[in-house]
Amino acid sequence: MNVPAVNVASLLRRWWPVPALVVLVLLPYSALPLPGLLDGPIGSPGSLQLLALCLVFGALATGYDLLLGRTGLLSFGHALYFAAGTYATDLMLTQAGLGFWPAAGLGLLSGVVLATLLGSVSLRMTGIGFAMVTLAFAQAGSILVQRDPGGVTGGEEGLAATGLPGSLVGIQHTANLYWIALAYLVVTLVSVRWTVRSPIGRVWEGIRENERRVEVLGLRPYGFKLVAFVLAGTLAALGGVVYLLLTGGATPQTTTSDFTLSLLVMVVLGGSGTRWGPLVGGVLYTWAQHRLASLAGSGTIAGLPSVLRVPLSQPLFLLGVLFVIVVYALPGGVAGLPARVRARTVSRSVPRGVQA
Amino acid sequence: MSAPLLSVRELKVVVGGRHILHGVDLDVAPAGVTALLGRNGAGKTTTVRGILGLVPRSGSVRYDGHETVGMTTHQLVRRGIGYVPEDRGVFAALTVAENLRLAERDADPAYDLVHELFPELRQRARQAAGTLSGGQQQMVAIGRTLLNRSNRLIIADEPTKGLAPRVVTEVAVALERAAQAVPILLVEQNLALVRRLAGHCVVVADGRTAHAGPAAELLADAEKSRTLLGVGRRADAATGPGGDR
Amino acid sequence: MSTVVLLCITGLGLGALYFLVASGLSLIFGLMDVLNFAHGALLSVGAYATWWAASHSFGYPLALLFGTAVGTLASVALELGLIRPLYRRPREQVLATVGVGLAVPALLSAIWGADARTFPVPGALAGTFTLLGASVPVNRLVLIGAALVVLLALRLFLGRTRHGLVVRAGVEDRAMVTALGIDVRRAFTLVFAIGGAAAALAGGLAGLYFGSVDPTQGGSLLIFGFVVVVMGGLGSVSGAAVACVVVGLVQQFANYYSTAGLGDLSVVVMLAALLLVRPSGLTGRLA
Repeated sequence: MNVPAVNVASLLRRWWPVPALVVLVLLPYSALPLPGLLDGPIGSPGSLQLLALCLVFGALATGYDLLLGRTGLLSFGHALYFAAGTYATDLMLTQAGLGFWPAAGLGLLSGVVLATLLGSVSLRMTGIGFAMVTLAFAQAGSILVQRDPGGVTGGEEGLAATGLPGSLVGIQHTANLYWIALAYLVVTLVSVRWTVRSPIGRVWEGIRENERRVEVLGLRPYGFKLVAFVLAGTLAALGGVVYLLLTGGATPQTTTSDFTLSLLVMVVLGGSGTRWGPLVGGVLYTWAQHRLASLAGSGTIAGLPSVLRVPLSQPLFLLGVLFVIVVYALPGGVAGLPARVRARTVSRSVPRGVQA
Repeated sequence: MSAPLLSVRELKVVVGGRHILHGVDLDVAPAGVTALLGRNGAGKTTTVRGILGLVPRSGSVRYDGHETVGMTTHQLVRRGIGYVPEDRGVFAALTVAENLRLAERDADPAYDLVHELFPELRQRARQAAGTLSGGQQQMVAIGRTLLNRSNRLIIADEPTKGLAPRVVTEVAVALERAAQAVPILLVEQNLALVRRLAGHCVVVADGRTAHAGPAAELLADAEKSRTLLGVGRRADAATGPGGDR
Repeated sequence: MSTVVLLCITGLGLGALYFLVASGLSLIFGLMDVLNFAHGALLSVGAYATWWAASHSFGYPLALLFGTAVGTLASVALELGLIRPLYRRPREQVLATVGVGLAVPALLSAIWGADARTFPVPGALAGTFTLLGASVPVNRLVLIGAALVVLLALRLFLGRTRHGLVVRAGVEDRAMVTALGIDVRRAFTLVFAIGGAAAALAGGLAGLYFGSVDPTQGGSLLIFGFVVVVMGGLGSVSGAAVACVVVGLVQQFANYYSTAGLGDLSVVVMLAALLLVRPSGLTGRLA
């Protein structure tokens, strides 16, 4: 009768994401308060909004890691494809007066086209040259949005979306937005997982380890890298559409290189090149940023002496410091933590066993 | 042989998860030339780079009675080692004079010796080293090691590779002259040169020491030379004057 | 004519700022393979230190000296404290500078606020002078002069001193420098000190140029610093000098003769085009 027990354990090890997903789907119905972690109960609109943002950024980081951790491509222009999804959809809504679904489809398409075009150009460079060209293109996009040509992008103010379907607007429908964010996360996780385990994914791994060796095998890395770039760009554009729904508009901050850097921070924080690391990093970063910001505005911090109060009032300062600490102390990111703990307990217990 | 100046035991090198050296043992005598031989890809250059700490290594490298695994490259080199790397390691954008000046460690560098052996270097002092011929670059590389009289060991990695025959002779003369004062560890494919210079030799194969002994003995044994070095030619050709390329 | 003169001088002034940022970036990358994302933070540290000293009646020249010194110290501390322990892990080194680049501007805005602070410009530098019919602000000349002095000093340092020789050799082949018995890590600290000093000087001068300091200044100048470094060829100070003149002028002229913002855009497009035609930059040196 031992056998079924073993099977349950191994089944759980393999299929635990399914019950986890079920729990996530049911969260809007929960009135459980998580004091300290969230302001209101889980199912309250404020909490759901924050959770949805966490999921979106977890998914974005996962998509970005397709380049950084899986293929070894350091892109400084990922914000561009995210912003393309947001702004193109928004423009289709506000300028062309399309309905939401056609607008979202066109927004996604513009991200795909942009990623294909610019990817095929930038990937002619490697290493730091590639990083710089992607940065240059993204910077061009950012400048374009902020200078507001013809008054269509709203410039520094951003651009509020109009004509969204009623079921996706307003505080009472936050649960719907949360489910959309969750669906986006699932799509991202599944497509990343599926491609990484496909033959293409194995070539990506080869490119990350040693691009020359892939060439020696008679494969052209360029095409494989372009697939990774376009897929990551597409996922980012899709995320942009979801973000538009969540925040009700487009903001120029999402076009900047700082935005791409924050994705980089999330990925490294969580653990680059791992299955769950970027997701964990994205969720942690987003949650910490919002919690720290609301903490900064609260009375708890206002009462502290200025030596503590001043740095604590800036989430980015804390996140920057935390990031440096992670780079030093946790080279594998948060995702590498369990393995490190295990390795430590093993290495501690072994000598004891030897002595005994 | 008296106590070796350099004594390498169980040298292992792993690069990018791949074991390049599995355990090389070698001794360099306090005088004369010790040749390091082996087929292409046997691990000769990695051995030299491992000795100098230019690649992560483990095992034991005792130099002048001190363990040097754990020292940085520059600390080791400052104890009196001159290094001529396989690709010559000449700084292309720097002039000949600057390349030499960079290598100065002694208060009184031996420019007279360098210019006597390689008069061309004096004429081309202000020329960018990248514009020199391969032979002239090799002169710069060897000149850098001869500059410091305090050097107590010279490690030269294939100094005659790809050079015109006339330049090979010039390099050989310089090495012969240097060997009178300083012991040399010489990686070399040119067996004629090995025969001319080396007293002892060490052969590595597949990242391990496969043979060590007097150089003349190995080169006289056609069968052994063929299996260890892959020199697939008749014994008389290998022993004749200028038998190797 | 007067407009062209004004645009030229202003473009060169902006180019001078870019050069001060880019020369250090270029040396640091050339020698250490570290793309220093904290360089903008060093600029901001210099800018705020200069502003602080100038507001405490130091007088501008002394305040600039103070700001440069603070920036240099910060840069050396960054290299010794954060970069050196990660030696042989260039990827982690870059990430550490990203963290510093995030944290320092946030700290500055925590202390002095996120809004721009007016920079106390001394009377002698606030005026204009007439050149070929154009009325040119004096501070542009100060910027250009400072950049020329730094360029000259760097060329003398690199060409005439032993440390400069080590830096130039290290840009080509770091391992070979150590194989000659030279501790190349001392050169790392040195280029960080030089880069930090130039960036902090740029910060102090940027206050003069823009008339104010704010925490994001460093970050936006850093982007154009990167552009200049890549265009000029990584590790080449002379290449950076040529590229910064081109970038500064193109930006000013395009901004004036078309809609505002197109200048920034054309610089970026120029970079992309250049890299696609000549992947190694103007001087043909890309690692």
